[in-house]
Amino acid sequence: MKFDHHARRKLFSHAIAVVTGLCVIAVLYPLFSIIYTAVIKGGAVLFQAGFLTDVPPNACSIVACKTVGIGPDIEGTFILVGLAACIAIPVGVLAAIFATEYRTRGFGRAISFTADVLTGAPSIIMGAFIFGYFVLYDPTIVYSAITGALALSAIMIPIITRTAEEALRTVPEATREAALALGISKWKATLRITLITALPGVATGALLAVMRAAGEAAPLLFTALGSNLPFQGFNQPTAALPLLIYNFALSPYSNQEKVAWGATLFLLVAILIANVATRYMIHRLSRRYAGM
Amino acid sequence: MESTTPSPPSSPEAPKPRPVSRWPDRIFVGFVGIVGAGVLALALAIVAILVYSARSSFNRFGLAFLWGSTWNPQTEVFGVLPFVAGTLITSAIALLVAVPLALGSAIFITTQAPRFLRGPVGTAIELLAAVPSVIYGLWGIYVIHPLMESTVEPWLKQYLGWTGLFSGPAIGLDVLTAGLILAVMIVPTICAVSRDTLLAVPESQREAALSLGATSWETTRVSMLPYARSGIVGGVILGLGRALGETMAVTMVIGNIDKVPTSLLSPGQTIASLIANELLSSISSLQVAAILECGLVLLAISLLVNVAARVLVWRVSGGRVVGVGVL
Repeated sequence: MKFDHHARRKLFSHAIAVVTGLCVIAVLYPLFSIIYTAVIKGGAVLFQAGFLTDVPPNACSIVACKTVGIGPDIEGTFILVGLAACIAIPVGVLAAIFATEYRTRGFGRAISFTADVLTGAPSIIMGAFIFGYFVLYDPTIVYSAITGALALSAIMIPIITRTAEEALRTVPEATREAALALGISKWKATLRITLITALPGVATGALLAVMRAAGEAAPLLFTALGSNLPFQGFNQPTAALPLLIYNFALSPYSNQEKVAWGATLFLLVAILIANVATRYMIHRLSRRYAGM
Repeated sequence: MESTTPSPPSSPEAPKPRPVSRWPDRIFVGFVGIVGAGVLALALAIVAILVYSARSSFNRFGLAFLWGSTWNPQTEVFGVLPFVAGTLITSAIALLVAVPLALGSAIFITTQAPRFLRGPVGTAIELLAAVPSVIYGLWGIYVIHPLMESTVEPWLKQYLGWTGLFSGPAIGLDVLTAGLILAVMIVPTICAVSRDTLLAVPESQREAALSLGATSWETTRVSMLPYARSGIVGGVILGLGRALGETMAVTMVIGNIDKVPTSLLSPGQTIASLIANELLSSISSLQVAAILECGLVLLAISLLVNVAARVLVWRVSGGRVVGVGVL
């Protein structure tokens, strides 16, 4: 009897291992399905000549439009995300420095907590808020690269603040004290010693934020707006890959549908490769630092 | 090397050392403090601008906006209830499906999987969080929609139709499909936070159970899950927060009908999908204000959920980032 009881417990434990393993398979199935579908539907069009540089097709049914490309959208995504990064990286990193290096009476903690809560705020709200502001105060550039970049930077700032904070916090207290003991002032110690030591972690966080912003469509719907033309200026509507995918996803024209899948494959591969590369970099760096 | 020891006061002729100027330090603190305050200001500005932009809707409908179930741009009658219902129903479906799968995966990665599998499987699940929302939407339209329309929904109607949850035609673009896509999207969040808190359980806790002869599952259940509970609950609530505000994928598969859904197979609209769909095609400034007021409702729900989640997770992590791969 005793043996039976034991065997039953062991069996149950093994059953759990199998069930949880099946959970993992169920969870990973969509990832493979998405990659598979994107390759099948977008593979051919992605390697068509000029796909990465031409302008996207207009709504035309059969053979009338020759150009099938996503050039303006790649360019627009780079401009929007680049501009947003120029705003968000300095702001996020400086806010993180304040929150970790100068914890003055809970104010630093309040900043941390706010940034943390903001990482969970819906991205479309960031777009709506920028839209609302510019409708009120400068309606001429509501639909432009500027507002698109501002909306994206509002998404990136909390992510960068949190990850930079985390990186700064892993710098040992002894490093800071050693720098201060040599007599340099605190601000120099912070920028030249603490920040530099934490740089790999800070860069990782910034990269994560950039990748997240590159895939966002919701905040751009009513800020950057999208466009079929190459970049026209910072005060003009600007194309972006996620917007193109959204606009062409339900298109009744098969050429636009094809372009949507080609763009999807391009964006998916770029983001997944960048993501894996970033992780590999963290892994390498954390091993190197662990050996120090 | 020059000495910085202050000279004794008894010898006035010895030169005093120049005091290090504190001004650069003060300027630096002031500067980073202002930028830090900017993060707080960002949060306040979001609320303030939405409130100000929605004022004409406040004035017109007052509190009745919150339970008004009609949304009619032609007659200018607006109420947020259909979208709150859509948001809560899709998020509830997502949680029902995602929580068991995510917890199972987290337990597999931390305790059951062979060691060489743990890293790669964890990374693969986190990659699901890196896939842009709009790509989930496209996948939903072309892969999940036909599957739901032709197979899953007829089956549900046939065998579970008596519950009344699955009435109406099986069209495949409805709150059920939206909830399932959301489930896929929030699994990485719940899984990553749960995994990180399970990994934070002290080794001695596990060893104690193992030394008493517990099996691998019993060890997990008795010594790890209770310890990690508040972190796991926090992760689930974080997932909920993500589901509430998810926009593109939902907009693409939910059917976009501005009515309270009557069954899981009826098309609907979440607050986020309403904003995505109608802000640009609004026919009056009152409609824009009403949509932005809906946005404010979404922000309020989402902040409530996120603050709750953060309080729980912070209790475990002490303010450190948990689940950094899925931020």
